[in-house]
Amino acid sequence: MRSTLIALASTVVFAVVVVLVVSTSPGWPEVRQQFFNGEIFRDALHTIPSAFVLNIKIFLIAEAIILVFALLIAVLRSLPGPVFFPLRALAIGYTDLFRGIPTILVIYLLGFGVPALQLSGVPRGELFWGVAALVLVYSAYVAEVYRAGIESVHPSQEAAARSLGLSRTKTLRYVVLPQAVRRVIPPLLNDFIGLQKDTALVALLGPVEAFRQSQIEVASSFNYTPYLVTAILFVLLTIPLARFTDWLVLRDRRRQLALGAAR
Amino acid sequence: MSAAPVLQIEGLHKSFAHEVLKGIDLVLQPHEVVCLIGASGSGKSTLLRCVNLLEYIDSGRVVFLGQDMNSPGIDVDAVRRRMGIVFQAFNLFPHMTVLRNVTLAPRKILGLGRDEAETQAITLLERFGLADKRDEYPDRLSGGQQQRVAIVRALAMRPELMLLDEVTSALDPELVAEVLDVIRELATSGMTMLIATHEMSFARDIANRVCFLEEGVILEEAPPDEIFSSPRNPRTQQFLQRIIAAGRL
Repeated sequence: MRSTLIALASTVVFAVVVVLVVSTSPGWPEVRQQFFNGEIFRDALHTIPSAFVLNIKIFLIAEAIILVFALLIAVLRSLPGPVFFPLRALAIGYTDLFRGIPTILVIYLLGFGVPALQLSGVPRGELFWGVAALVLVYSAYVAEVYRAGIESVHPSQEAAARSLGLSRTKTLRYVVLPQAVRRVIPPLLNDFIGLQKDTALVALLGPVEAFRQSQIEVASSFNYTPYLVTAILFVLLTIPLARFTDWLVLRDRRRQLALGAAR
Repeated sequence: MSAAPVLQIEGLHKSFAHEVLKGIDLVLQPHEVVCLIGASGSGKSTLLRCVNLLEYIDSGRVVFLGQDMNSPGIDVDAVRRRMGIVFQAFNLFPHMTVLRNVTLAPRKILGLGRDEAETQAITLLERFGLADKRDEYPDRLSGGQQQRVAIVRALAMRPELMLLDEVTSALDPELVAEVLDVIRELATSGMTMLIATHEMSFARDIANRVCFLEEGVILEEAPPDEIFSSPRNPRTQQFLQRIIAAGRL
């Protein structure tokens, strides 16, 4: 009770100080007009949220592909033995490359480069290549997360499965991967929070998603408030996922503590 | 005994950084129980892992049910499913219930339907007093229960040979008996077993033959009464004296 009161008081004091500092600053009237214009805010609410639906679509499609593709890369990278060296090398090269190049460059290179090749049968859509770029970049990260999970499964688990007569593939499928994936769900979700934000980068190729739409609004109104609307939308989207991730981590820790106490 | 041996090991060598097994010869007849005794690091576990092909052998032969396990083109998985192994650390699959632990291999390898596999698993679990644990996850079970489940999991594949690798070493003392009782029951039912153990009185009780391993060699092989009461090899004598001094026999 006492600690709640202290937390409340200190939060209020902190907020008051921030508000005072900002609102007494010399440029505040100008900034308030430019960034916090109520009328423009309401206008922007008519257009930006519907454009934001595209961000959510991009995110959902990219996420679904990444989950599968990154797992494939991670599995390739953990194949044992000299025979599989080329596949391992390929997987390592891939993750190194796409973790190394800034996302924005990948989007430009793919989005403008590949359609320019004018290959028949290859899609030319900006949206397609925007999503492809996000998939390539984020799969490199997610593959590493998966790999950490696979390596965290003790070799004795594999020995137990193989000793029953399960093939290497079935061991991976039924014993190793289920444990690996379960362990990396929190870091996996963390990467997806990053992906949600980066859907805005697809705008660079032309598709009108929330960020692009707010740019259009800004250009017509000479006011930055639409950016604020977009920012709020992104925050509203990521916060539930962030809290969900926290909750998962907490639940795992509680379970482990409970088991530790039972021993 | 006229039947063909279940397992024949001839001149088995295995090295890691140094040589762990230096020429092991051993034959197991059907329904025989052979115990491997010896200090930690004498090669007991490595021998079991080599028989199961969890470790590749450097030279020598392991013949299981007439099949040379090192012949090229042998289907390792097919051999392994006829041979159960139980580990010191149980190695149950923590993300599966007891029932799924036991039914996984019969379903995915033997192609048993879910109902059939579960009926068979429940029969086995009942036999070893584990029927009420079928829906528990391994981390909710005691060490003794986990190890009994691990034995049931191996039995579900109807193996013709069981390899037991110090299956009671990781258990609290009060849980050892329940696991040993299970193994006794298996011996009574005629299961052929190769058992690495530190439980000398158990070995004396259950084994048809006892092999004393030291530094990768079987120094002495004899019926339990003989090896425990009048060991011939001076090294065996020393080892057993240390065991007696520690109050373990």
